[in-house]
Amino acid sequence: MEAILALEDGTIFKGTSFGADIECEGEVVFNTSMTGYQEILTDPSYNSQIVTMTYPLIGNYGINPSDFESQKPQVSGFVVKEYCPYPSNWRSTIALGDFLKEHNIPGIEGIDTRALVRHIRRQGAMKGVLSTIDLDTDSLVQKARDFPGLVGRDLVQNVTCSEPYHWVEGLCDLKTGQTRHLRQNTKYRVAAYDFGIKHNILRYLVDRGCDVTVFPADTPAEQLLEIDPDGIFLSNGPGDPEPVSYAVENIRKLIRERPTFGICLGHQLLGLALGGKTYKLKFGHRGANQPVQHASTGKVEITAQNHGFCVDLDTLDQEVVALTHINLNDNTLEGLRHRELPAFSVQYHPEASAGPHDADYLFDEFAKLMDKAK
Amino acid sequence: MTKQHTLNDLKSRISRADLLKAKRHGFSDRQLAHLWQSDEWTVRALRKELGVAPVFKTVDTCAAEFEAYTPYHYSTYETDNEAIRSDRQKIMILGGGPNRIGQGIEFDYCCCHASYALKEDGYETIMVNSNPETVSTDYDTSDKLYFEPLTAEDVLSIADIEQPDGVIVQFGGQTPLNLARDLERGGLNIAGTSPDAIDLAEDRKRFGALIKKLGIRQPENGTAVSTDEAIAIAEQIGYPVLVRPSYVLGGRAMAIVYDRDALIAYMRNAIEASPERPILIDRFLEDAHEFDVDAVADPTAVVIGGIMQHIESAGVHSGDSACVLPPYQISDANLNELRSHTRALARALNVVGLMNIQFAIQGEDVFIIEVNPRASRTVPFVSKAIGVPLAKVAVRAMVGRTLVEQDFTREVPINHIAVKEAVLPFNKFPGVDTVLGPEMKSTGEVMGIDTDFGLSFQKAQLGAGVRLPQDGTVFLSVNDHDKEGLIPIAQQLSDMNFRLIATRGTRAFLQNHNIACNLIFKIQEGRPNILDAIKNGEISLMINTPAGEQSQAADPEIRKAAVQYGLPYTTTLSGAAAAVAGIQSLKNNSAIRIRSLQDFHTP
Repeated sequence: MEAILALEDGTIFKGTSFGADIECEGEVVFNTSMTGYQEILTDPSYNSQIVTMTYPLIGNYGINPSDFESQKPQVSGFVVKEYCPYPSNWRSTIALGDFLKEHNIPGIEGIDTRALVRHIRRQGAMKGVLSTIDLDTDSLVQKARDFPGLVGRDLVQNVTCSEPYHWVEGLCDLKTGQTRHLRQNTKYRVAAYDFGIKHNILRYLVDRGCDVTVFPADTPAEQLLEIDPDGIFLSNGPGDPEPVSYAVENIRKLIRERPTFGICLGHQLLGLALGGKTYKLKFGHRGANQPVQHASTGKVEITAQNHGFCVDLDTLDQEVVALTHINLNDNTLEGLRHRELPAFSVQYHPEASAGPHDADYLFDEFAKLMDKAK
Repeated sequence: MTKQHTLNDLKSRISRADLLKAKRHGFSDRQLAHLWQSDEWTVRALRKELGVAPVFKTVDTCAAEFEAYTPYHYSTYETDNEAIRSDRQKIMILGGGPNRIGQGIEFDYCCCHASYALKEDGYETIMVNSNPETVSTDYDTSDKLYFEPLTAEDVLSIADIEQPDGVIVQFGGQTPLNLARDLERGGLNIAGTSPDAIDLAEDRKRFGALIKKLGIRQPENGTAVSTDEAIAIAEQIGYPVLVRPSYVLGGRAMAIVYDRDALIAYMRNAIEASPERPILIDRFLEDAHEFDVDAVADPTAVVIGGIMQHIESAGVHSGDSACVLPPYQISDANLNELRSHTRALARALNVVGLMNIQFAIQGEDVFIIEVNPRASRTVPFVSKAIGVPLAKVAVRAMVGRTLVEQDFTREVPINHIAVKEAVLPFNKFPGVDTVLGPEMKSTGEVMGIDTDFGLSFQKAQLGAGVRLPQDGTVFLSVNDHDKEGLIPIAQQLSDMNFRLIATRGTRAFLQNHNIACNLIFKIQEGRPNILDAIKNGEISLMINTPAGEQSQAADPEIRKAAVQYGLPYTTTLSGAAAAVAGIQSLKNNSAIRIRSLQDFHTP
C-alpha cells in the first residue's frame, strides 16, 4: 500500500506502508542509532514526533516483551529505508510492522531516508504528515502546515501517568538473563516525577537500591514530600519544557528539601527552576553516539540522547550553577549542578537503552547525594 | 538461440517501477540483459529512456547528521544525488578493484602516482576503485573518490555525472584495461593508447599479423576448441607446449604439457573448451631466458624505462620470478634487438603512456611472449631502480605533455643493480606444493639494490624473509635435465666449504664429475632420510628442481617440509645460481652496506 510523508515546506516522500492504515501528524526528526528501534519507539519523549531511522534496515530483530521503555509505542509515525518483515531473534514475539498496526501507528518504508535526513539537517526539524489514506499531496502539505508543532505545547500531559504507582523491576542480569527485582532492604526512598519516564531509568534506580514511587507530572511538591523521600527524580519527557510551568514551580520547592537528579526534560525543567532559559535546537540530538565531555575531569562519555530543546548555558548564573557536561559536537549544555544545593541533572540518557553505558555512574552519584543528606 | 529483445520489446514488457526495483535489488544491467534475453547496452538504453539512474551518496561515517567534506561516494538507486560536478578539467582514473594474485598492489601505486601528477598539474582527479585496502581509495589521494566496482555499467554511471575530460585505464592492471572498448562505446574519451590498439595487442589473430609484419618472432601457437584439435596443434608445434584457457588472466589454469597423454588429461580435467572459450596452445621455449621491458611513449617518442631479466627460466610466471635490472646475462646484440622491437611495437600500436613487453630468448633467438599496452606490475620496481617516476611521466604524456617537455628522452643508465624478488605465501598455506610454474602464486615483492648482483640478490632475499646460509650442508636433488647445469653450482658451493648431500642419482652424477658429495636416502628408501635431516635442522639450503613428468611422489613432501621448517630453498637451477652468487658476495664483503634509495640516485 502506498504511503506518503509530506513536510510543511512542500517536500514529498512517496513510499510503501508497513504499519497501520492511518494518518498521523508530528514533528519529523531522525535518530542515528543503528539498533534500539524498540526502545526508541516506546520512549515517551518521542510523543508527537514522526521518527526516521538513519540506519537502512529496520525490523530484523522484531519486537520482544522485555525491551519496552513504556507501555506502548509513543511515536506518531515511523520512517525507515527498508523494513524487514522477517525478524530473526529468539526473543521476538511480533514483527515490527504488526506491532505498529496493533497500536494504530503508520510506518513508511522505501523512501530515501538519507535525503530526508539531509533535508532536516539543513532546514531544521519540520512539521509533517504521514498518511496511507490521504494521498493528495497538496492536502497533506496543508495538514502539515496546520499541525501546531511542539513549541509552546505541554506534551507531558499526553504521556504522564494518571495515578502514583510503585516500581519494583530492576535491571536484567546479562549473565543469567534474569530480571533483578526490588530487594527487601532498600537503601533509599525515591519520589519520581513522570514527565514521560523511560522504564530503564526506573530499573537503574531499583538496581542502586531505591524504592521508587512514580508520581503524575502535576502532583504538588508537598504530596511527594509526604512519603518522606531520600531523593527526588525528574524524568525525561517530550516537547517544550517552558509550558510545563507547574513542574518548574514544584521543582523550585523540592530542590531545597531533598537531593534531586534530573534527566533530559527533567534537566531542562531544573534549568528553568534555577533561572535559566531553554531554546529549540535546529534538528536536535537523537542517537546513541553523542560525545559529551565532563567539564572538571575532561573525560569524554559516549552517550545516548534524545532531545530537541536545550538549556541555554548563557542564561544560567554560574555563581549559582556549575556547568558540568558539554556536548562536543555543538558545544551545547549537557549537564549542570547547583553549587550549594544537592541538585544535578544531565541532558543525555545515562540509562542508555538503547546506547552505551558510559554514564551510568550518575546513578551512583545520586545515591551518594542521598547518603550524604541522611 | 533465443531471440534477442530490442529496446522496443523491452519497453513494452518492463515498467519503470519493475526496472527500478530490480536495480535497487542490485541486479546489474548485464544480469538483467541475461534474464530478459537482451544485451547490456539495450538495458542501459532502457534505463536512460525510463529515467532509472543511480545517484551517488557520500560516505560520511555519521549518517548525514553532520555536513561531510570527504568527497567519497557510492552509488545507490535513490532520489537525492550528493556528488556535485565541478567545472574544473577532470580526469578519471580507474583502479584495479579487489586485490588478488596477479592483480596486485603495484597497480595501486601506479594509480596513486597518476593522481598525484595530475593534481600537481591542476587537473581534478577522480579515482574509481572498490578496494578499501589500497592507498588509491584513501579519501585524500584524489579530489574525488568513487567506491564502485570496475564494470562498464558502474564507470559509465559515474561518467554520466562527472563528464570527465579523459579516462585512464592503463594503470589499474588488466581489470580496467578490459573496459576500454565498452567505455569508448559509452562515449568516454580514453586517455593515451586507444582502445583499438589495446584490442590489437590482446587479440591473438590481429597481434600475430602485426608482429609478422614487423618481423618479430613469437613461439608457434594455435587455438583449439576440442581435444582432437589441441592434439593436432601440439603435434604440429612439438612438445612441450604451454596450454591455457583464453578467458582467464594471471596464468590461472595454465600448464606446461610434455606429451599427448598429459594434454588429453588437461583437456579433459581442467577445461571445458568451446568456440567461445578456446584453449590457447603455445610452443614452450625450454631453457629460454625471459625479459620484461617497461617503456613510456608519447605520439612521437618511445623511451625505455627498464629492461629486466628474469632469474627463473621461462615457464615460471613473470610475477613469481625474481628479476634483475639491468639484465645480467644477455648479449649486446640481443639487448639492442629488445630495444628496437620495443620501439617498433610502441609505434605500431600508437602507444601513448606505458607499455610492457615480455620477451624470451632461446639461444640467440628473441621471441615475443606478450605485449601489455598498460602499466605492468614492474613499474614501481623500475621507477625506484632508475629514479624516475614512470607512472607520473606516463600520465603526463597521456594528457598531452610530451616526453621532451618532461625531459625524459633516453633510457636512464644506472651504476647499480636492482633485484626484485617475489614474496611467496606458502607458509600461510601448509601443504601447498611450492614449485613455481606458469600460474602466479606470489602475493608480494621486495627489492634489493647494491653495486653487484650477488649483494643485491642477497638483500632481496633478506627482504623476502629468506636468510641465505654462510656455511652448513646443502641438499641437492635435481631432475636429469638440470644435472649438467648443477655442476658449476655444486663446485662453487664445495669451494665455499659447504658440505653437499644428495640422493643416489644426483650424488653419482656429481661424483663422476669429481665433486665430493654424501649420500642421503630418499623418503621411500628408509631412514634416516632427507625428511628427517630437514626436521633435525641438519640442512641449511635446499636445491630441488621438480622432476617433470617422472615426478616422484616424495618431491612435494620434501618441499613442503622445507617451508614448514623455514629452510631456504630454490626449485630452479637459475635461482640456485643466483643464491650461490649471493652467498659468494656476502663472503667477499664482510657486511651488507645499507644506503638509502635516494643515495643511489644522487650523483
